[in-house]
Amino acid sequence: MATYHLKTPISEEEIRKLKVEDVIYITGTLVTARDQAHKRALEYSSHGKPLPITLQGLAVFHCGPLVKKEGGKWVVLAAGPTTSTRMDIYEAEFIETFKVRVVIGKGGMGERTAGAMAKYGAIYGAFTGGAAVLAAKAIKAVRGVEWLDLGAPEAMWIFEVEDFGPLTVAIDSYGRNLFMEIAQKAEENRSRIYEKLSL
Amino acid sequence: MKAAVVERVAFNLLKQAVIYLPNDVKEALRKAYMEETSEAGKTQLGVILENVELAEKHQVPVCQDTGIIIFYVKAGANLRGLSVIEAALVKATRRATREIPLRPNAVDPLNNKNSGDNTGRFMPYVNWDIVAGDSLELTVMPKGAGSENVSAVSMLLPGEGFKALKKFAVDAVIKAGAQPCPPTILGVAFGGGADVAMKLAKKALLRPLNEPNSNSELARLEKELLEAVNMTGIGPMGLSGKITALRVHVDYAFRHTASFPAAVAFNCWAARKASARIYSDGTVEYLTHKAEG
Repeated sequence: MATYHLKTPISEEEIRKLKVEDVIYITGTLVTARDQAHKRALEYSSHGKPLPITLQGLAVFHCGPLVKKEGGKWVVLAAGPTTSTRMDIYEAEFIETFKVRVVIGKGGMGERTAGAMAKYGAIYGAFTGGAAVLAAKAIKAVRGVEWLDLGAPEAMWIFEVEDFGPLTVAIDSYGRNLFMEIAQKAEENRSRIYEKLSL
Repeated sequence: MKAAVVERVAFNLLKQAVIYLPNDVKEALRKAYMEETSEAGKTQLGVILENVELAEKHQVPVCQDTGIIIFYVKAGANLRGLSVIEAALVKATRRATREIPLRPNAVDPLNNKNSGDNTGRFMPYVNWDIVAGDSLELTVMPKGAGSENVSAVSMLLPGEGFKALKKFAVDAVIKAGAQPCPPTILGVAFGGGADVAMKLAKKALLRPLNEPNSNSELARLEKELLEAVNMTGIGPMGLSGKITALRVHVDYAFRHTASFPAAVAFNCWAARKASARIYSDGTVEYLTHKAEG
């Protein structure tokens, strides 16, 4: 287990160094996207329409932040990760299309996403769910917000961050998937538990 | 009961709930940190405790998902002015969204439009109990989606009874995995009907974590289920460990002889709740947090 500090844009070479259980911190640009923003971004791409920001080499963050406007400027109060599973239906195509290098969320993602990460060179970084104030502390500025018509939680927020983390590498670019491994172990433990409960 | 008092107290409760985790939850998280043996799991609990402190220090919500707003109202039957309460709770929710602030989460499913103020049809949701007396007990539970999305209801076979119930609860936790932000609190309830079981399961999440079940048979079942779900190895935030749940709380209702409804409700580690009692003369007693306003 090693610790890395990465700066965006992140290269494929840097991603290939990372292994499951490594801890990373990111400095640079994070872009939030939940269900609705993933859907719209892929629709834009299928119509040949450019996104408001080029995502190549950046980190996409599954997050609907809690924000307020102070003197005409957005301030992020709390910005923890949302459950990534909901984005599983979009993420493989999202990685292929936009070449993001890091996907940040909680709860892990499935085989198709892990497959795309191995193929295109990306990783999944797990941030502690609910650790929203800690996350907000690492967000130094809101560079912009797009698609506010989707509602504040679903909009695409562009954050400048400094040492955003700790993120546990839970899917690396070699096909290892920590959450799936733990889920498999839980599956194996199921019969032991049934036995203890005399089921 | 004066609308302005209810509104002020509800606003204060919302603020207390989203910023300050109640002491029973903080204590349980600290104990979990001491007991967790998985390195990854312990790291997660360390980050969680640090975040809880930061939220208090900066007076901002502990989690960005400030949830949908659920109120539990215990209204004294002799209290006058009950008809103003729901409107006052809606006003308090709007003000809390604006001023604390809360994240606007309430969306109209018919057109996907976010109302922007956490209100809408049946939102905030108000659970009513009419009790003896002339005071009003108000509890707020801001409920995040991560834990809500793994809720489970099942109509079990009466012939399989408790065996099926235990299996159902364990299966629900394994299926939920990392998604509900463990370590969780589990509400497990059986009997009634599908709706009653879920209502009881969800309400059981509110019981103080340091308060044992008053029914010794249910207390034993809680202990047995807690030990069972903590054998899954899912651990804090699903990154492995022995503390997958902090507590299991069980409740029940009589059942139809041909039914065995069962429900499992989950609360994330950020198990937010706040209560207060308003007396008929307008004085207010805060029950879970320090008095405010």
